Amino acid sequence: MSSITVIDALIDQMAKLPGLGPRSARRAVLHLVRKRSLQLIPLANKMQQVAASARECLNCGNIGTSDICGICENESRANGEMCVVEDVADLWAMERTAVFKGRYHVLGGTLSALDAIGPSDLGIPKLMDRITTENISEVILALNVTVDGQTTAHYISEEVGKRVKITSLARGVPIGGELDYLDDGTISAALKARKSF
Amino acid sequence: MSFVTSLNLSHFRSYKHVHLKLDKRPVAIFGANGSGKTNIIEAISLFSPGRGMRRASAEAMMRRPESLGWKITGELETTDRTLEIESVSENGTSRQVKIDGKPTSQVELAKHTRVLWLIPSMDRLWTEGAESRRRFLDRIVLSFFPKHAEHSLSYEKAMRERNRLLKEQVLDAHWYAALENQMAKSGTAIDRARIKAVDRISQAQANASTQFPIAKLELRQREGTLPETEADLLTAFAESRFRDLAVGRTMVGPHKTDMYGAYAAKGVPASDCSTGEQKALLVSIILANARALAQDQGAKPLILLDEISAHLDTDRRGALYKEICDLNLQAWMTGTEPELFSEFGNKAQFLYVTDQDGTSIISQP
Repeated sequence: MSSITVIDALIDQMAKLPGLGPRSARRAVLHLVRKRSLQLIPLANKMQQVAASARECLNCGNIGTSDICGICENESRANGEMCVVEDVADLWAMERTAVFKGRYHVLGGTLSALDAIGPSDLGIPKLMDRITTENISEVILALNVTVDGQTTAHYISEEVGKRVKITSLARGVPIGGELDYLDDGTISAALKARKSF
Repeated sequence: MSFVTSLNLSHFRSYKHVHLKLDKRPVAIFGANGSGKTNIIEAISLFSPGRGMRRASAEAMMRRPESLGWKITGELETTDRTLEIESVSENGTSRQVKIDGKPTSQVELAKHTRVLWLIPSMDRLWTEGAESRRRFLDRIVLSFFPKHAEHSLSYEKAMRERNRLLKEQVLDAHWYAALENQMAKSGTAIDRARIKAVDRISQAQANASTQFPIAKLELRQREGTLPETEADLLTAFAESRFRDLAVGRTMVGPHKTDMYGAYAAKGVPASDCSTGEQKALLVSIILANARALAQDQGAKPLILLDEISAHLDTDRRGALYKEICDLNLQAWMTGTEPELFSEFGNKAQFLYVTDQDGTSIISQP
């Protein structure tokens, strides 16, 4: 394999990453090659380490470097609240806020009969087990406001029944949002969920 | 108001490159069969959500043999502003839409544009299956209620999921309940919007002085009636599960609604009317739709009338053209001869379409 082909192969590989296309992949690879010692080699080493150590938490589905992630291991997070998210990216987004102090359950997707993704593929039976074994008192459904997301949320609420309190994230005006730029659905949801000033 | 003031086509159907500058008058397009007249109004139909008036795939709209993909750009004057709408398909992939240069969803188009059409295949609308009547009805509903597109998409998505469960004989009651909950929410919104739209059309027909016959419209279900409230529709879905499992699809819901039409003055079902009368009823509905929109929202739709003179006698044709001018609509019409539009005089702008070695050429006489 000639050197130019190896670089092309790297560009092709990078172009498959989310948020990158062929052009941006080419720019990134060129940048890495030019900054070989400062960026390319450290990046290659880090990627090798991550490839060797990254794994899914056996309890919640978060991604970390051990079988049980830091959140599940942390006893102070066992406050009886569990936030159910579709994806690890959603979990990380929630963690960035540093507001939620409970534990998570990552579904890894949403129910989809058309894609043959059923409740067991999403770890919903495991979620039910965790509610019992971890003494959960409130399940917060932080799922996307799409047909699939809401179907999944509804399914979970039916499965959980009246065992624990079920809540979902509020919908409405984002911080820094201007009403004029919001869609009708968001404004009406915000109006319905208005609260005392 | 809605007027197309410029239209650019690139590698769309039989057109290589076209740039048209237009004014607000109706547009009469004439030329020989197969010259590419309908392709122009199909491009306009893509200024609204969906697959356009021919319901073709983006791939089918590519110009052959190049097969490069296509692009339609238009400037549209609405009641309050001028919009630049762009519809693009790269190599036949599903079309992407931009409004004023910003990528947006097709559903968003419904908030800005209202496009209605009558095409020759709709001459059989009253006699064929309920699906095409429902589609015709939904385009009318969409013109009044832009949210109808979102509700329809949500309903169809949840129903497709439910149908898959039914086909695979899945017996998970909670999964059905979750999907039925979504279907009941959007299904009720769909039904209410349809009822309101049909009422408004009936009212607009009754109050108009027109030469076109009043079409008495009614929404019907094949069996019984559609529950009016979300809770009742939810119950209907749950109660129908056993039967639905047997047939492998959802048997109740707004997707089973049919639009029944009758020639009001004669008391005859539209399906029993002559071909000309059937077409006149459709024209009557379209014109009533335009009148109602103008009265309620000050927003007049773009109307696309493909081969409109077929089945309309000279008097009715003249009456249609007069109403289009009186309503100040930008109707886009096609016909083989310019004489078919002679009643317009200089109240319309004319486009002459010819075919030159497989490429459509437009001249503005």
